[in-house]
Amino acid sequence: MNKTTASAAEAVKNVPDGATILVGGFGVCGVPENLLTALRAQGAKNLTLVSNNAGLDEFGIGTLLKNGQVKKMIMSYGGECKAFEEMALDGRLQVEWNPQGTLAERIRAGGAGVAGFYTPTGYGTPVAEGKETRQFDGRWHVFERGLRADFAFIKAWKGDVLGNLEYRKTARNFNQVMATAAETVIAEVEQLVEVGGLHPDHIHTPGIYVDHVLKGSKYLKLIEKLTVRKAAAHV
Amino acid sequence: MSEPKDARVVIARQAARLLKDGDYVNLGIGIPTLIPNYLPHDVHITLHTENGMLGYGPYPHEGEQDPDLINAGKETVTELPGCSYFGSEQSFALVRGGHLAATVLGAMEVSASGDLANWMIPGKKVKGMGGAMDMVAGAKKVIVAMEHATKDGKPKILPQCTLPLTGKGVVHAIVTEMATFEIGKDGLVLTALNPDYTQDAVRQATGAPFTVSAALQSYAR
Repeated sequence: MNKTTASAAEAVKNVPDGATILVGGFGVCGVPENLLTALRAQGAKNLTLVSNNAGLDEFGIGTLLKNGQVKKMIMSYGGECKAFEEMALDGRLQVEWNPQGTLAERIRAGGAGVAGFYTPTGYGTPVAEGKETRQFDGRWHVFERGLRADFAFIKAWKGDVLGNLEYRKTARNFNQVMATAAETVIAEVEQLVEVGGLHPDHIHTPGIYVDHVLKGSKYLKLIEKLTVRKAAAHV
Repeated sequence: MSEPKDARVVIARQAARLLKDGDYVNLGIGIPTLIPNYLPHDVHITLHTENGMLGYGPYPHEGEQDPDLINAGKETVTELPGCSYFGSEQSFALVRGGHLAATVLGAMEVSASGDLANWMIPGKKVKGMGGAMDMVAGAKKVIVAMEHATKDGKPKILPQCTLPLTGKGVVHAIVTEMATFEIGKDGLVLTALNPDYTQDAVRQATGAPFTVSAALQSYAR
């Protein structure tokens, strides 16, 4: 079995208009850059994207927003993308706000066959409006549904041709859980290794979850806020 | 009177006194990020960042930054010995599961019953709540570190919040440049006072009534 795909264009060619896509990454860290660039060129429209953030105006999801391909975002924070803020404010883009941990757990539940769960997060806030609430052990909880999607776009550090994945540092973020919760999971990796090239104990995402593996051709790996230590600073 | 810049340092230094040696802590954006600079020398804490790491360290030296190593504020950080990485789902499972000793975060409004508003102003641009709702629902101790009044001089500590909530009845302590309050069943209790201010001054600047702890402490100078 060989799950590798020749190009990013090949990997995303079957994404239809109206698809729901989980997109890994936190800010610009651990983002499936090559797949998003290819999706912009492919042109699918009316997409619903599930991602913690909305990228930047010139990077990642922000470029899809500006290209008019996205109908709805399911996310937790959009503060860094002006295109997102404008489109959300004037109603061109639907936004469903989720607390970040609720978003992660909804995806985890979706991938694990759990229909929903009760969480104390968000009780008494706008995110609980219209949702079932219930008290357990004296504490109020909000019912949240599991979340699955048609596609997941994942970025890993290393992957083998079987789809086993290893992430690096905080670039793991949402990628690991999103790999479990879509009908078609496409992972792009910085390094593609042969079978046996990953230590089995170091595999974060077993290949069973992954349908296609792409060796990314180019990584910008931007830094959103470069913060460095001053020579004399003590922390 | 303290200058605004000093106020941030006063708040961070006082908030640091509420943390204990061995605590696992999540620090929000802004004033809370200053806290590690003011921890007593015998207090060592482990910092959690919700994008998936325990045990991050200070900013890197110039040239040593790594795009794969950031905190939740998207700033480049470093590894400390003993740090660990995990995915967002585990990062929030440990928060929701009550494994963090404390979170320290900023606020736009806090009510006397511990309601917190810090994520949206109706009619203005909404940036999103990020992980704040999860943090205040899950951490064992929720500490708000903020300036006592708004830039217009209006109280931020109120009988009830006017803005949409981040959490209901979730705040345990409030630290400002003027005073520290614990929030109990009967509302605000003044537990520490900055000696630069009188109790009357604090009452005038606070939108809700408070009682004074019998063990009232003074801010360290």
